Amino acid sequence: MGELSLEKVSETYFDVLKEIGNIGAGNAMTALSQMLQCKVDMKVPQVKLLEFSEVGALMGGEEQVMVGVLLGVEGDITGSMMFLVEKESAKHLINKVMMGMAPEGDDFSEMELSAMKELGNIITGAYLNSLSTLTNLQIYPTPPALTVDMAGAILSVPAIQFGVLGDRILLIQSQFYDEIEIDGYFILIPDLESYSKILSALGIPVE
Amino acid sequence: MSEIIKVGMADLKTCVSPNGVTTLGLGSCVGIAIRDPNTKIGGLAHIMLPDSKQIRNSQQNIAKFADTGIAELVSQMEKLGAVRSRMVAKIAGGATMFSFQGRSDMMQVGDRNVEATKKKLKEMNIPILAQDTGANYGRTVTFFPETGEFHIRAVGRAEKII
Repeated sequence: MGELSLEKVSETYFDVLKEIGNIGAGNAMTALSQMLQCKVDMKVPQVKLLEFSEVGALMGGEEQVMVGVLLGVEGDITGSMMFLVEKESAKHLINKVMMGMAPEGDDFSEMELSAMKELGNIITGAYLNSLSTLTNLQIYPTPPALTVDMAGAILSVPAIQFGVLGDRILLIQSQFYDEIEIDGYFILIPDLESYSKILSALGIPVE
Repeated sequence: MSEIIKVGMADLKTCVSPNGVTTLGLGSCVGIAIRDPNTKIGGLAHIMLPDSKQIRNSQQNIAKFADTGIAELVSQMEKLGAVRSRMVAKIAGGATMFSFQGRSDMMQVGDRNVEATKKKLKEMNIPILAQDTGANYGRTVTFFPETGEFHIRAVGRAEKII
């Protein structure tokens, strides 16, 4: 196998990821709707391969305050997975989980952060589950870590991982609604060796 | 009218006073501001990774790495008339955005970026006058070569000037 770069695998991987993204995000929304005990609608997720400079803009600027949940991925493939949601949307979701008991205010309490971690855990867990089912690979998420910060700063973490491979980042934007419109972003960051594992598990030859 | 020039992720820009340079939302990346106080020529690099030599297919964007990014910024400043022996630097960023128990490597890339930055600057004999690095939060930085002031903003914190 020659030098693997994201640019090279991207075309095939892109199509595959679109499909995985669709199913994964669908599963994630089902899980979310069960947790919130309400109907959650979603649009068809969009898979995007973006230059580093474009990523911040997509989320409303590098300084847009977001909540990021990051999990490690272990098992047959290794890497990490991130779920990002804009701060106000996160507040809304947390309040739902807490049955409207979330305290008012701009900051997040310990309880809210923990609720958000759980939300992130469930959403990304459902996503990884469908990836695991599709590929027949064992995939285990590690306990999540959470941060509330500027989009650019949070995205530096996956960007650095992708930076080892190329100059672009692959992400899935999924819009969903309950009472308000929420933009959520999934970023799957497999380690270099895991790309070919995912592709071959799906029956796609890797040159 | 002065202008603030924006530097993206894995990017670098030079500027001449009264203009400034800024980069938004530095996380584990490091922002390196360099200035020649006599000519008031300055520049800012936003690097993502410590070492271009550790990457297999590294014929990519040189602004992405501490070693090649700093060298390129200095050379671009020299082309504008800045003198290497007068150059001084200030650095910020290199945060650890997520903390996991026990899981290391990728999480410490912020520290490694800071280390590689310091090493490269030392190698090029450019002293570091001030730094605001590490910790666990993102930073937006703006550099003014006129005064050498490096403004640092973070979510929920007062702006500081180093």
